[in-house]
Amino acid sequence: MSPLQPGGPRGKPFLLGELMAWIRAHGPWRWASRELRARGYSGRTLATAVPYLWLLLFFLVPFLIVLKISVSEIRLAMPPYEPLVTWISDNVVGLRFNFENYAFLLEDSLYWKSFLNSIATAAISTVICLLIGYPMAYGIARSPPGWRNLLLLLVMLPFWTSFLLRVYAWIGILKNNGVINNLLMALGIIDEPIVMLQTNFAMYIGIVYSYLPFMVLPLYTAVEKLDNSLLEAAADLGCRPVKAFFRITVPLTKAGIIAGCMLVFIPAVGEFVIPALLGGPDALMIGRVLWEEFFNNRDWPVASAVAIVMLFVLVIPIMIYQRSQGQQLGVHR
Amino acid sequence: MASPRPDQKNEPWKDTGAQPYVRLEKLTKKFGDFVAVDDVTLNIYRGEIFCLLGGSGSGKTTLLRMMAGFERPTEGRIWIDGVDVTGTPPYDRPVNMMFQSYALFPHMSVHKNVAFGLRQDKVGRREVDDRVAEILKLVRMEQFDKRMPHQLSGGQRQRVALARALIKRPKLLLLDEPLAALDKKLREHTQFELLNIQDRLGVTFVVVTHDQEEAMTLASRIGVMNHGEIVQIGTPTEIYEYPASRFVADFIGSVNLFQGRIVEDEPDYVRVASDDLGGTFHVGHGVSAAPDATVWVALRPEKILLGRDQPEGDADNRIEGVVAEVAYRGDQSIYLVKLASGRQMRVTQPNTLRQGDSDRIRWDDRVWLSWDASSPVVVTQ
Repeated sequence: MSPLQPGGPRGKPFLLGELMAWIRAHGPWRWASRELRARGYSGRTLATAVPYLWLLLFFLVPFLIVLKISVSEIRLAMPPYEPLVTWISDNVVGLRFNFENYAFLLEDSLYWKSFLNSIATAAISTVICLLIGYPMAYGIARSPPGWRNLLLLLVMLPFWTSFLLRVYAWIGILKNNGVINNLLMALGIIDEPIVMLQTNFAMYIGIVYSYLPFMVLPLYTAVEKLDNSLLEAAADLGCRPVKAFFRITVPLTKAGIIAGCMLVFIPAVGEFVIPALLGGPDALMIGRVLWEEFFNNRDWPVASAVAIVMLFVLVIPIMIYQRSQGQQLGVHR
Repeated sequence: MASPRPDQKNEPWKDTGAQPYVRLEKLTKKFGDFVAVDDVTLNIYRGEIFCLLGGSGSGKTTLLRMMAGFERPTEGRIWIDGVDVTGTPPYDRPVNMMFQSYALFPHMSVHKNVAFGLRQDKVGRREVDDRVAEILKLVRMEQFDKRMPHQLSGGQRQRVALARALIKRPKLLLLDEPLAALDKKLREHTQFELLNIQDRLGVTFVVVTHDQEEAMTLASRIGVMNHGEIVQIGTPTEIYEYPASRFVADFIGSVNLFQGRIVEDEPDYVRVASDDLGGTFHVGHGVSAAPDATVWVALRPEKILLGRDQPEGDADNRIEGVVAEVAYRGDQSIYLVKLASGRQMRVTQPNTLRQGDSDRIRWDDRVWLSWDASSPVVVTQ
């Protein structure tokens, strides 16, 4: 008789241990991973699927809520819009879609003007970010390897303080008795303060300052990957450095340029805080209009319509870009 | 196949009046404290294929990059066709380079890659197209001109890189490990093709390689580099048969090196006693070395005869041993023969008979090794 008899009658704690072992061997994780693997899903797809599902859920649900509000009617109640689904009688459900909010956006020039103004402001800011960011990224990528991490850290350093705080700091720098004006007056260069705060100038400074890291980081990645022997080959074949930059470096870092521009342009279009704090009262940005519709006019349906239109204005260029990238890859294969 | 090159017959480096086409004068390149190239003076003549041969870190690539203009020499001057180009940037030099990685522009088709150099010189579109077609035909890539680099095989990329480097008809073509990325068969084939193209165009080539076989096949002359210095310059035959030092003898091909002492020093022969060998070498050429100086005798494995019977003649230049290893290579076999002194001697023999032969030499056989008095080379350093 062997004293060690697996599965034999034992005390309670042993039973629990056995149960745990059984769960570990046959438990739901094992079972689930086996089933998934049998259907051709690897651990890698699962690891990416979970965050994607999370993002999709928390993008899609708010989007659908906003979409619903945008096709309802305003009313003076809480919440301040008519419900989409109403019970007309016992067996009849009424669905009411009101597209008047969208029509209103077209009628009132305020909306499309502020859309255009937002896009123009974002585009100008993106170009300025690109012009400042490209040399920065290039310099970092071409610096000695020991320096690169330090320089990248400096680019990311502003993220260690709150975004709002940094914008407020610019108020302190730009205002009439702020750092710049005081310094210039103390030096006797100017007699009266230069009005900078609440102008377009201040707004651009704020946007470019805030979004520059988002331009620099993807550009750095693209430039860093660029094989230096390609530039040497261009020089060897008689191409001067400036021309080589436009014929070799720019085309080969195109992906980084586009990524950086998207990361700056898209949030800049909807930017609310910077125009509100630094820009003038005439800075008609769609983000501000949205804010006012929601909180000052309490017209949630129109505000939601503005948000939905803005989303499509931004999503369509992204989709066109994705498509062209896909086609290009297809040609390359 | 390659025809004998005219420069091999002419041997301009032996003509003291000949003007060198490329002249490197006391070139030194330092990276911080590290001396990559150390006081190199070198003349290369028109139409030559000059190979810089050396291990990694020997400075051969730095020397090439200085000729291309990518590195500025710390000291010294570079002359190409009588013009001092030391300070000339790469885009103004009459020099083109074929990169080890090929460095094809990934966003341009084969045609655009090859045309790139001409486009920089504002050559008209028609002429560009004609010349691209001509050079692509030369490298037999004419049907691939619309392909992108990533759609080509390694060998095809190599040809495109060569065409791109040749299209401007450079005075000097620099090739950095041109065949390193190709497999052995393709490499051999391409070596002969390179020779053929060089022969037709008459461009002066400087090739950097770590592969001694490649250097032997391609070169009109080889410069062997070690620690930033050129340790020997000569034709492949000179380098192989008359190495100037142990380093060169050992670097090129395989060699048996024996330390010894000159015991008899005559103008037309020397005798070297070697404890390493356990015998005496009779060397059929004079040596300029101090009497009693330590020397080394280099003996190539293929110059040794292997047999079961004791050879006739005097006791020099032969020795008995036991076969320790046999490696069958198909065309030849390599034997490691253990001598009484404990040293092993490497011997190669062509397999002239098929291996059905019952008397072939096997492990543990007692054998006699012998060689001609003209075979050993005495080196003093």
